[in-house]
Amino acid sequence: MNKLELMKTANEIRKGIVTAVHSAKCGHPGGSLSAADIYTYLYFEEMNIDSKEPKKADRDRFVLSKGHTAPGLYSTLAHRGYFPVEDLQTLRHVGSYLQGHPDMKHIPGVDMSSGSLGQGISAAVGMALAAKLSNDDYRVYTLLGDGEIQEGQVWEASMMAGFRKLDNLVVIVDNNNLQIDGAIDEINSPYPIDKKFEAFNFHVITIDGNDFDQIDAAFKEARETKGVPTAIIAKTVKGKGVSYMENAVGWHGKAPNDEEYAIAIEELEKAGEALCQK
Amino acid sequence: MSEVKKIATRDSYGNALVELGKEHEDVVVLDADLAAATKTGVFKKAFPERHIDCGIAESNMMGVAAGLAAAGKVPYASSFAMFAAGRAFEQVRNSIGYPHLNVKIGATHAGISVGEDGATHQCNEDIALMRTIPGMVVINPSDDVEAKAAVKAAYEHDGPVYMRFGRLAVPVINDRPEYKFELGKGVLLREGKDVTIIASGLPVANCLEAAEKLVADGIDAKVINIHTIKPLDKELVVAAAKETGKVVTVEEHSVIGGLGSAVCDALSEQAPTKVLKIGVNDVFGESGPALELLKKYGLDTDSIYEKVKAFC
Repeated sequence: MNKLELMKTANEIRKGIVTAVHSAKCGHPGGSLSAADIYTYLYFEEMNIDSKEPKKADRDRFVLSKGHTAPGLYSTLAHRGYFPVEDLQTLRHVGSYLQGHPDMKHIPGVDMSSGSLGQGISAAVGMALAAKLSNDDYRVYTLLGDGEIQEGQVWEASMMAGFRKLDNLVVIVDNNNLQIDGAIDEINSPYPIDKKFEAFNFHVITIDGNDFDQIDAAFKEARETKGVPTAIIAKTVKGKGVSYMENAVGWHGKAPNDEEYAIAIEELEKAGEALCQK
Repeated sequence: MSEVKKIATRDSYGNALVELGKEHEDVVVLDADLAAATKTGVFKKAFPERHIDCGIAESNMMGVAAGLAAAGKVPYASSFAMFAAGRAFEQVRNSIGYPHLNVKIGATHAGISVGEDGATHQCNEDIALMRTIPGMVVINPSDDVEAKAAVKAAYEHDGPVYMRFGRLAVPVINDRPEYKFELGKGVLLREGKDVTIIASGLPVANCLEAAEKLVADGIDAKVINIHTIKPLDKELVVAAAKETGKVVTVEEHSVIGGLGSAVCDALSEQAPTKVLKIGVNDVFGESGPALELLKKYGLDTDSIYEKVKAFC
């Protein structure tokens, strides 16, 4: 996909996020929207996957360590053809397979159940290690929140990834600077994030995580990096794409009401039209 | 006492892993800096490339095991029961239990027979914790023969399995040609009509000795070994309770949430029976030689004998 196509796709994925959370009347739009461009790039450009064969042995794997931003992952999987886009409206409903947090047993395309912060990265390390043990070529990607890296387990896993030279692993930190209780540097600052991953023997790339040129360059650089895992610190805007949600801590885990939903969709429609005229 | 062969079930664990590793390429063993104590060191020697020491980071180890299993390996994640079931409980629940991943947990140094290390390392709560996780199989073998069979049975089972092993060398009681390990099936070790002693793990051997002593008091005790606490062999337990009318459970674990509770859960539904639960009575352990501690906490043969006699 070229940059324009990626931008259009990301815009559609953002609509799906807002629609899913609105239908659920709860959920996490902020961190789903901030990472929408990364999700889009991974599933439409970077990863070796086949939506018709979600369990294919040699596929690349993705672990959403910040599992609460499941609407972002689900919308991406739906748009990539793993399941119908209409099903996004069943998010968090009783009986729906679209659980509040990723559920690998029931959702096509979900490679690991997650949601309890700090745990997904360990599973990703295990998958990357499995590939090394079997001399398989697949790559493993995991997306963490910047608040999530306050969890000690993240650093246990990072120590192991660096020590074991897992160059088939890419850790992405969605650095939107906000967590539930406020700004991460006012709650319990994890900064400097880049230096921490460097200290754990990662190759570190810092980018604007809402810019496809920079995203593209970073993942290409990660692919060429041998002998060490890569950490991409993606500086993003929480709530990106919906004006009133952008950089607003209150939209971490709240659903838009009908009126707010209409505004969000209108904004995204306009953004989509603008992209079509390019 | 006659010369009975004694082997710690943690040794059985290490030895069985080596055998399993020879047969199955997908077996991977994880440890958290305790390979010499959990006995996975023998596997490391045989298959260094398939032994992954995660260092002192049990939470990550459980997550890594989940990832390995998701990618098709059969990981045996090993540590002391305190850290495997205790520290890493939430990782086991959410990263292994919830997705029902094919991870086997080898938890050694369970119970007060850890001995001198004392209460911080004596886990009397692991069975209670593990049996609450949906889909988790919980095995507490009584000796070397059973422990080795459990390691193999865990491999054959598709899904998470928690295996509990001990530090102390215990008598080999199942070394007989007809012995067969069946996941979820209790083993009738001694027939009796007055009371049923249902035991699991280390004290099974003591219960057999106590039953022999009870003969002199005119008490004919049935002895059942429950190596699989979950799923529990309810059929066997209920039938025995109906037959003898009285049940005593014996375990090297808290009386809260372990074998005793599992048996009471089954009996209260299907055959309400008076039950005496022998175990660690809602207290922490302490430092001391294992055998002295077992005596102090009422899990030696004489203590079991006295309690069953008073109960009957």
